[in-house]
Amino acid sequence: MSPLEFVLTLFGICLVAGFVGSLMGLGGGVIVVPALTLLYGIDIRYAIGASIVSVIATSSGAAAAYVRQHMTNLRTAMLLEVGTTTGAITGAFLAGVVHGRWLFLMFGLLLGYSALAMLRRKSQRDRPVPPDPWADRLKLHGSYFDEAKGVEIPYRVGNARLGLALMYLAGTVSGLLGIGSGVLKVPAMDLAMRIPLKVSTATSNLMIGVTAAASAGVYFARGDVDPFIAAPVATGVVLGATAGSKVLAKTDSRLLRALFVLILLAVATQMLLRGLR
Amino acid sequence: MTLHAQRPPRPERSPIGRFELLISRLLRTGVTASMATILVGLVLMFIHHPSYLRSDADLARLTSPGAAFPHHLGDVAAGLAAGRGQAVVALGLLLLIATPILRVAVSIAGFAVERDWIFALITGVVLAVLLVSFWLGKVE
Repeated sequence: MSPLEFVLTLFGICLVAGFVGSLMGLGGGVIVVPALTLLYGIDIRYAIGASIVSVIATSSGAAAAYVRQHMTNLRTAMLLEVGTTTGAITGAFLAGVVHGRWLFLMFGLLLGYSALAMLRRKSQRDRPVPPDPWADRLKLHGSYFDEAKGVEIPYRVGNARLGLALMYLAGTVSGLLGIGSGVLKVPAMDLAMRIPLKVSTATSNLMIGVTAAASAGVYFARGDVDPFIAAPVATGVVLGATAGSKVLAKTDSRLLRALFVLILLAVATQMLLRGLR
Repeated sequence: MTLHAQRPPRPERSPIGRFELLISRLLRTGVTASMATILVGLVLMFIHHPSYLRSDADLARLTSPGAAFPHHLGDVAAGLAAGRGQAVVALGLLLLIATPILRVAVSIAGFAVERDWIFALITGVVLAVLLVSFWLGKVE
């Protein structure tokens, strides 16, 4: 394979990764890392470095549109970022102390549980959101326009403190493993804070950029970000994410939920296998 | 776009609308600038090394562990001065990494303008934690 072929094919794969990532509130790393290591035989360090870049690319590419569409809950994002960033530092510290195998197993089980919980959530849609004085005081509640249904939907945010704690956990896990923050953020917002799924994915999209930027500086300085690999990844993902961001509002939330559960299960299996090997 | 015309109009002039517009534009600018830089760098790499269009050996050299590329600001600057495409790509990547951080910094100002001191503080904490993480990363 020539460098040219590498760039063009990787670009194409990352278009898909960015598209899916922008709809799911993920960074596309779920597709990028396996693609780079399995399809192109790239060293895992470079793959993770490129994945971090792809997370920032998805985040910034999609969030620009979601914020403009008033889909993203900016205030909730800012509040929760306190949790994810402090968690990321904790995770980076713990990385030297905790053994990888147990992390992968725990992470895999956690994701599996989230998948089942998200499936069940469909039947809980009518239970009222518990009143939350923090959410009231910080004015976290909002509304969004669901183009698939054609109406503006107001929503309340619950369990702000629990959400913050879960974000700390999500940040720690992603600091430890270097991956997978969106995959925990969306279920936390959807299940614990009772935020509508589309708003959860749009808000997660904004947040993952900050979490990744915190690690990206370190990876760059360590020499894990190879420009020749990161270039087609970043450009492909940005274009894919921009396309996806135009589509989210029109997508049926049930389809999104089903896709997300599938991705959760796929990543959970991957993690469990790595832990068991 | 017709779909937007059917929506109930959002008050663009209210502080919240203006703030969101600012954030959105900032993100878009950051992404566009970094993508353009990355593309220019990539094209330069191919122009300076025509063998990249065909050679398998070159791909291995570019993407295998131990590949030579800049990873400190000084190296990037030196590469830029020498007109190397790889350094231009690296610059574009650095711009991309800076975008979310810039977004957080600008948000502090945005909340301050709205006199939302609680959120200005919250966002300030996030920025502080980010800077701490960079500093810790350097020490690593």
